[in-house]
Amino acid sequence: MVTEKDVQHIAELADVGVSAGELENFTFQFNAILEYFDILDRVEGSGEITRDLYNVLREDEAEPSLPQEEVLRNAPAREDGFIKAPRVM
Amino acid sequence: MPAQTITFEPDDKYNAFLTVCNKPAHTTGKLAGIAVAVKDNISTTGIETTCASKILKGYIPPYDAHAVALLKQAGAAIAGKTNMDEFGMGTTTENSAFGPTLNPCDTGRVPGGSSGGSAAAIAAGMVRMALGTDTGGSIRCPAAFCGIVGLKPSYGRVSRYGLIAYANSLEQIGPMGKTVSDVSTLMGVIAGHDRHDSTSQNKPYDHMPKADIRGLKIGIPEEYFGKGVDPQVSAVVKKAIGRLEELGASTVPCSIPSMEYALAAYYVTCTCEASSNLARFDGVRYGPAADTKKSWHDAYQEVRSAAFGTEVRRRIMLGTFALSSGYYGKYYAKAQIARENVRNDFQRIFRDVDVIAGPTMPTIAFKLKEKSDPLSMYLADILTVPANLAGIPAISVPCGTSEGMPVGLQIMGRHFEDERIVDVAYAYEQAVN
Repeated sequence: MVTEKDVQHIAELADVGVSAGELENFTFQFNAILEYFDILDRVEGSGEITRDLYNVLREDEAEPSLPQEEVLRNAPAREDGFIKAPRVM
Repeated sequence: MPAQTITFEPDDKYNAFLTVCNKPAHTTGKLAGIAVAVKDNISTTGIETTCASKILKGYIPPYDAHAVALLKQAGAAIAGKTNMDEFGMGTTTENSAFGPTLNPCDTGRVPGGSSGGSAAAIAAGMVRMALGTDTGGSIRCPAAFCGIVGLKPSYGRVSRYGLIAYANSLEQIGPMGKTVSDVSTLMGVIAGHDRHDSTSQNKPYDHMPKADIRGLKIGIPEEYFGKGVDPQVSAVVKKAIGRLEELGASTVPCSIPSMEYALAAYYVTCTCEASSNLARFDGVRYGPAADTKKSWHDAYQEVRSAAFGTEVRRRIMLGTFALSSGYYGKYYAKAQIARENVRNDFQRIFRDVDVIAGPTMPTIAFKLKEKSDPLSMYLADILTVPANLAGIPAISVPCGTSEGMPVGLQIMGRHFEDERIVDVAYAYEQAVN
């Protein structure tokens, strides 16, 4: 059972925000969905998954890339050829 | 350089397109001058690509998705970008930030989703073929609801490079069209290896559909005709399977016990992947401007709460919760075991049969706003998600009507045997037309 406080906390963690008006409905729907997910408690199996897989990473060598102007074009805030972001610290 | 252009001015009464290209250029090739529509979560150089979300309004990709580059090489004219559920999250196309698409067969009903715009554009005759994407049924559901053909390719067969990711381990770009031949032709253009997608396999598709299915063994899973499936839809699909028997195929009853928890495994997996994939939408590199004077956390939250729709935020939160400390073992880890059990069930059945057949969707197209509760909408995906969990190919082909609305016959095959399910769909289509 998740509470409105839990949903508020998850919304904070995920940075998606939840308004006071949405909280009750989100919490109600969450509980219905999570109750349905409880069916997974019945799943049996080892969880050991073996596959014949290999890495496909290439050598770390520079290759031609998009010009700077192209890359920056969609950024809403730019300064001196850089993307401007909110402060992190 | 492109040699020619076509004129494309559709009368889009159904809100199938988010962007229309009126004078698309094209070159020569297998698809020379054919107007092909592209779902709006597939990147197209110079053409706005929004995923039907306000958070990507105005975003102009600087590169083409690999599948789009291959379309252009084959001479196709990119006719426009089609409507969808925001980021592919939905089964009706009602979750678009730019209004729902209507079903051309009945405008009071949804076209299905999430590739509803692509399906409606084909069903209404605006384009002959289109690209869709299928994470849990998003090509096959709208194909079934609108009465067209849609193929979810085997995982790894079509490059995902340039597809704006929602749930990487499940999704594939795939062809949609009016006929099986068109779908097969389009598949031939987009399949093959691409070094920009690390899950891409070197399995090109070079195939002409064949209508001979004599001796074919078809598995009929009891779960596809059980609880929750509309008896009228079941009856239409059973009749279609009877038709395949008349063509020389035989049927074998089978069972997929893991279906019991397949849907839960699917929704846990896709929401977990979405919570990570959609973290990139921050209003910094693209999208509505984040307030750079605020702290990162506040600015980020402000942009995302305003620009993501309700269903997208719900899925990001569900995924964040399922991956959080203390719950990971209960949800994500269990879902991966369940997923492996689904794969094993299919492998076991495919030792005895060549393909598996059943309905694509448990019902006909819903009325607009009929599925207002999220869980009831999720439950509608029960017959399509198993193929995504297992990575196997699946096709939906129209097989009749119920209450005047189209019903889809779904055919699933072994991994990388896309050709075989295309042949079965083709045999059926040729027999009834």
